[in-house]
Amino acid sequence: MSLTAPAGLQPSPSSGRPLLELDEVVKHFIVRKRGFLAGRSTVHAVDRVTLAVKEGETLGIVGESGCGKSTLARVAVGLYKPTSGSIAFGGVDMSQKSEEATEARRQMQMVFQDPTGSLNPRLSIRESVAEPLRAGGVKKVEARVDEILDLVALKSEYGDRLPHQLSGGQQQRACIARALIREPRLVVHDESVSALDVSLQAQVLNLLRDLQERLGLTYVFISHDVATVQSISRRVAVMYLGQIVELAPSAEFSARPLHPYSIALRSAVPVPNPKVERQRARIILRGDVPSPLAPPSGCRFHTRCPAVQDVCRKEEPRLIEHRDGHWATCHFAGQFDKTMQPVPIADPRAKGDPP
Amino acid sequence: MAETSPEPILRVHDLSTRFFATFGVVHAVDGVSFDLHPRETLGIVGESGSGKSVTALSILRLVPSPGRVVSGTVELAGQNLFDLDAEAMRRVRGNTMSTVFQNPMTALNPALRIGWQLDEAFLAHDRGTKEEARDKTIETLQAVGIPDALERAESYPHEYSGGMRQRIVIAMGMVNNPQLLIADEPTTALDVTIQAQVMELMKRLIDEHDMALILITHNMGVVANMCDRVAVMYAGEIVEEAPVDDLFEDPRHPYTWALLASLPSIEDVDARLPAIAGFPPDMVDKPTGCRFLERCPFAEEICADHPELVELGEGRKSRCWVAQRGETFAERDVSLLRGEVLE
Repeated sequence: MSLTAPAGLQPSPSSGRPLLELDEVVKHFIVRKRGFLAGRSTVHAVDRVTLAVKEGETLGIVGESGCGKSTLARVAVGLYKPTSGSIAFGGVDMSQKSEEATEARRQMQMVFQDPTGSLNPRLSIRESVAEPLRAGGVKKVEARVDEILDLVALKSEYGDRLPHQLSGGQQQRACIARALIREPRLVVHDESVSALDVSLQAQVLNLLRDLQERLGLTYVFISHDVATVQSISRRVAVMYLGQIVELAPSAEFSARPLHPYSIALRSAVPVPNPKVERQRARIILRGDVPSPLAPPSGCRFHTRCPAVQDVCRKEEPRLIEHRDGHWATCHFAGQFDKTMQPVPIADPRAKGDPP
Repeated sequence: MAETSPEPILRVHDLSTRFFATFGVVHAVDGVSFDLHPRETLGIVGESGSGKSVTALSILRLVPSPGRVVSGTVELAGQNLFDLDAEAMRRVRGNTMSTVFQNPMTALNPALRIGWQLDEAFLAHDRGTKEEARDKTIETLQAVGIPDALERAESYPHEYSGGMRQRIVIAMGMVNNPQLLIADEPTTALDVTIQAQVMELMKRLIDEHDMALILITHNMGVVANMCDRVAVMYAGEIVEEAPVDDLFEDPRHPYTWALLASLPSIEDVDARLPAIAGFPPDMVDKPTGCRFLERCPFAEEICADHPELVELGEGRKSRCWVAQRGETFAERDVSLLRGEVLE
């Protein structure tokens, strides 16, 4: 496979300054019910999320279905309009209708979970990959398409095939190619390897890593799979019921998860080692995730938290920095180890602001 | 590990299932044999297209057209299922042998109340009266941890969460105390915290009902958690079979070794993964030699000949010439798995 960047796709230095900034972003959906129980209710899909993605990094977002991670991604790239809050990309305010904002939008691309659903079944791979260019008014696309197919290791001859004539892994690489063809700076992956088989997942994750290094890309990588997210990301954010409950560098998150939900989520993942599986006490969360139509009062996790206290039901915890770059929303963060056993710590809020 | 009696409850011998498609014949399952003992959980692992689900459907005699079982026998408690007529087979399904599929929403009728659907599983096999069926239903719902079972029996499937629905489908599979349960990716559609609940439930029920389980999954973590023994499928064949600890500690097929090495671990952070190069072969033009040959870092000349699944002793079998010679893979260098995307 070719690993040279085509002209025009030169890496930009990763300076570490925020490329994407979300400030107090809220996304509500209004649901209307008809008939006897007619009325309106509000789905609190994303609730006051503040987040900065640094240039050149991969930020992983992990959470279970319905936690709002996909909605957050779509709000971030402008597919949904936020209910409130602001989004800036490379310093440009995305809520304004400016030329800069239009240009910034081109620099954000997305890759979705289901490649079959993302590719037009009647268009050849080459046509699909060329579409963003044509939409931008570029006439001569052939050479660029060949370059970009080569970049994702798809043989040129596959370009002439229809999506159903390709395997799932090949289709997903075509989707990645299409996301890259307009030279984005940010690519948001929404479960982009989840539909792939295990042996192909590792291949595609490595390809994403190569492309990032080569082209200086910034990734937001969303998945329900903690292990996958951790393996590709520099930092990991955990979402629960529309909010970020923990944000930490991957190594720190792996070694010292602070929020009881993160601890339970990690504990729930079965590890491929029968001896470990037989011995460990898994933290099993009772019940289901509450409805985002009526999120619980206080801490949103209090209905399922194995260490719930009175204060958790009343007072909503804020996202506080407990260590360098390690944030969590829990009144008792740091007071539990990886098995939810209490650890002797004098004051868990020592490092952050008091709530 | 479960105690096993010498007489297997299920004996699958030389099972082959093909799909006669317009573009050619797909060899989905190609000469699969295994035994399953009472109280034992056998994991069948493999990637999509490896034939694991078709193996399950073949045992259940539910292979959809244009697929057909072309050879082999499936003996359940000593009786060859392929000798039964349709009515006798219907009486076996949901009775002696039961099944749980991946998607609980498609396994339940959205227009019928949950209680009614559970009653039906009992009544369809003439187990008793309607009243007895309802008692059994309430008992079953309580056993799988549905609160307010009496009221919830009147709810429709969409009024339950995904995790609850799957628990109900599992409960439905167990209403008639089957000797064998076949579960095809029972937790794949569920979130991990719900998956943990469902795994605990299944283990408890299997234990209480003295059941044998065939668990089909691609998730090696679920296998490690639930299984006693594992069969690894690749391109329509079992390539390795072993007790669960041995398989994970000392795999005897390069595919198993590579698969385990390429899984991101919950302890790994921000690092390149070892990856198997290429992808599985086309099962219309199946390879004549070892089916893993093109992706195998240990391939030799002899691998151009098709290897058989050979006993290695201690309950282990491998379909690899190199392993059959006595070599192991556990200590091999994972950097051999550079994981190029090969076309």
